[in-house]
Amino acid sequence: MSANSARDVVLGKIRAALKDVPQSEKPDGAAVERSYLTTADAPRSELVRQFIERVEEYRAKVKTTSPDGLARVIAESCAENGLRSLVVPAGLPEGWAPADLTLLHEPGLTIDQLERADGALTACAVGIAQTGTVVLDAGPGQGRRAVTLLPDHHLCVIFEDQIVCLVPEAIARLHDVANRPDRPITFISGPSATSDIELNRVEGVHGPRKLEVIVVASA
Amino acid sequence: MRMSLFLTCFNDTLFPATGRAVVALLERLGHQVEFPLDQTCCGQMHYNTGYQPEALPLVRHFVRVFGDSEIVVSPSASCVGMVHDFYPKIAAESGDEALQRAVADLIPRVFELTTLLVNKLGVEDVGAYFPHRATYHPTCHSLRMYRVGDAPMRLLRNVRGLDLVDLPNAEECCGFGGTFAVKNADTSIAMLSDKIRCALDTDAEYCVAVDNSCLMHIGGGLHRQRAGVEPIHLAEVLAATEEGGRA
Amino acid sequence: MSRHAPTTRAELMSRDVEPLPTHAPAQPFPEAARISLADVQLRRNMGKVTTTIRAKRAKAVAELPDWEDLREAGRAIKDQTLRHLDHYLIQLEQAVTKAGGKVHWAADATEANRIITELVKAHATNEVVKIKSLTTDELGLNEALHEIGVEAFETDLAELIIQLAGERSSHILVPAIHKNRAEIRALFRRQLADTENLTDEPKALAGAARAHLRKKFLSAKVAVSGANFGVAETGSICIVESEGNGRMCLTLPRVLISVMGIEKVIPSWRDLEVYLQLLPRSSTAERMNPYTSIWTGASAPGDGPEEFHLVLLDNGRTKVLADSFGRQALQCIRCSACLNVCPVYERTGGHAYNSVYPGPIGAILTPQLVGVHNAGSLPYASSLCGACYDACPVKIHIPQVLVHLRGKVVEHKRDSLSGRLAPESLAMKTLGRVFTSPRRFERFQRLGRLGQRLKVHNGMIESLPGQLGGWTAVRDVYPVAPETFREWWRRRESGSTSTPSSREGQS
Repeated sequence: MSANSARDVVLGKIRAALKDVPQSEKPDGAAVERSYLTTADAPRSELVRQFIERVEEYRAKVKTTSPDGLARVIAESCAENGLRSLVVPAGLPEGWAPADLTLLHEPGLTIDQLERADGALTACAVGIAQTGTVVLDAGPGQGRRAVTLLPDHHLCVIFEDQIVCLVPEAIARLHDVANRPDRPITFISGPSATSDIELNRVEGVHGPRKLEVIVVASA
Repeated sequence: MRMSLFLTCFNDTLFPATGRAVVALLERLGHQVEFPLDQTCCGQMHYNTGYQPEALPLVRHFVRVFGDSEIVVSPSASCVGMVHDFYPKIAAESGDEALQRAVADLIPRVFELTTLLVNKLGVEDVGAYFPHRATYHPTCHSLRMYRVGDAPMRLLRNVRGLDLVDLPNAEECCGFGGTFAVKNADTSIAMLSDKIRCALDTDAEYCVAVDNSCLMHIGGGLHRQRAGVEPIHLAEVLAATEEGGRA
Repeated sequence: MSRHAPTTRAELMSRDVEPLPTHAPAQPFPEAARISLADVQLRRNMGKVTTTIRAKRAKAVAELPDWEDLREAGRAIKDQTLRHLDHYLIQLEQAVTKAGGKVHWAADATEANRIITELVKAHATNEVVKIKSLTTDELGLNEALHEIGVEAFETDLAELIIQLAGERSSHILVPAIHKNRAEIRALFRRQLADTENLTDEPKALAGAARAHLRKKFLSAKVAVSGANFGVAETGSICIVESEGNGRMCLTLPRVLISVMGIEKVIPSWRDLEVYLQLLPRSSTAERMNPYTSIWTGASAPGDGPEEFHLVLLDNGRTKVLADSFGRQALQCIRCSACLNVCPVYERTGGHAYNSVYPGPIGAILTPQLVGVHNAGSLPYASSLCGACYDACPVKIHIPQVLVHLRGKVVEHKRDSLSGRLAPESLAMKTLGRVFTSPRRFERFQRLGRLGQRLKVHNGMIESLPGQLGGWTAVRDVYPVAPETFREWWRRRESGSTSTPSSREGQS
């Protein structure tokens, strides 16, 4: 069966199956009622507190700092974890990455280089307090997806004003990039894990086994 | 108030004591009970087993028998659930508008016993005396379909002399499920085993519920095992008094 | 391939027995359940796991004050989507194509497998990496690839486990739920390299899987996935996972083929905000699963596959759609909450359903996909307790659909003379007549009481004939009362003063 005729067959069957739906009823005619929460009224400090608490519950580490202290905190983190090499995505602000490490600048790294790097340092698009999630959308300083997938350590910087309370708020913030092939989106909630063996949550199957989030106070 | 008793086919035939208890209880509370002798079956067994065409005449019959009643009360949450949840659907599918109207008109007047007492009549203490240790099994129909909520517990807590103990894993299905008990006997028994084990763990003398259908299954298993625990319908507990004993 | 019906646990689990993707279940549920109920290890594993996850889920759900509102929105969006499915699929196709992806339509499994195997062949490779996808299980895709000399490597830990064991999945979310850690360790030591000193600590077992699969991810040219959601408005595909193997498959290979059941489309970007809340809390009982990937079309160079193919699969879904009541089964987001609360599934396990989709959702989806006459025992594999309905994040009324499908099974049965003459059909028809007349009903009661005289011992009946013997095999049965209620009532109304007999037995 040719490609087009399979399409015709399936669409034909769908239409036949839906003969109980009146012609007058249009697809986006009546909006679905949305009585669930779409915004929250929490003060910034409460959002940040909840975000930190919930990220930590996934056994990811969280550090806080002021904008002035960011470079130092990043350097401390790298030292604590014994990182000697760090992947630096395109567009990451100057001065973030510690100068005394081997810095591997994107774009242009091979998969092998990513594999062998100790860690990656990135910015992010938005954080969700209710679920302890950071979201990357391939924006400046975030890198392509392999950057936060292959190295074993992911250091993620988030500014307080990037943190929203609810999932709907984050989804709304991402709408602009949603249809762009060059902006894939990744929600990250803790390090990689599985519960496949007797339902024990075990960390670190694939993906970074260590996730560290640095929360920067907004000016 | 004047009330019509919808006893259900299996209570009438197998557990008349439950019917007698409902009558005694409601009369004790000052109400007038009548029993329309033309009643037969609500059609749930047929409907749930897939013999849905057979249910329509039974819906019509039910409406004929109880259509003029001020209040219809039943000691079966599952049968009342059938009326509330499925009669509108069956009537709609029949295309008979008069029947649809009659069903819609009747349903608000059809009550399961504990919801009638607690929600409609506002009564939680019926003056009952039942000096035994008992545990309460919330049947799936009363819990999730017809949703009697905590009405049974409110009534039980006011029964004098009653030593009420919590049933572990109370909300798990006992495994009756109507014809499921026969068509999937092995699985039904596996579920019953766990329910019986939980009941035995309470050291209760009696296992109480608002549906004799489940009690028939639980009781049948308890009796086969000579377990020393008796099933009893909630109505019979509520009907029991110091003077009269059990109805 | 063995063609006889399974009689042992090993046979029930094995892939060597008649394959079952969208075919009729190889064996009726009651028979298969009898086998698995006898497996003590399975009962313990299943009991422990489902109890644990039930509690976790309840806690995760209780945290959200707007859970019921989310459920209602989840239901309403899916309902609207299904009612205009052609419109949204066309919209999705346009958006994906615009973003550089290629959309293929497949009316059935054979067609889907042909499309996929040809795509794989075109890239001259003999291995593909896979993300867990029930939809591809439905197709029997791995077997179809095998036939053209291509090995499909499952990269989900649980799928890897059952693939190595040559077994079938028993749970939608946690396919290896029927295996405990000791069994998994033994399996890995047998099948994976460098595992002589492997312990049975879950951490160690996961580590072994990680090492084994790493090489595959880095070398594979083609990846195959399913799709949790496809957003019509933007052309975005969404995959919800835990382990990171999904991310590996979605970003490293050059070619990505995603197989999506047509019911997975959702209208707008905004709708994701509902499902990304409903799914994690209902499935793994977490606030959010570790990784969710969303992409649109073919990737930018270096950041994922240059070639993206979306296969839109019917394979019986339009049959489900055609049943205006049964079609709610297509709202399913594959969370498995219904499995975890089902008292039947908890005891029989997934293999007893002999279906890619087990548990409550399987009992309503499979018969509609393959035809009720081909899966007639599944709608009866339930006591209608309703726990699944309360747990379903998109409010599929599973018990009502089960009853609806039972009606179809009986209708089909009674289409034939032999079906109409079957003992159950005759009994039900007779009882139906009895219940329409009060006089017949009373005669029936009296007849029963007469007939049981020899059977009643000490107030109970201990054995019943025929099909009803299933009851008395393990339970006693209450006999017709010496005086029925209506007999008592008549006596009372007529003013009789003799005391009623209570519940005594007669021998």
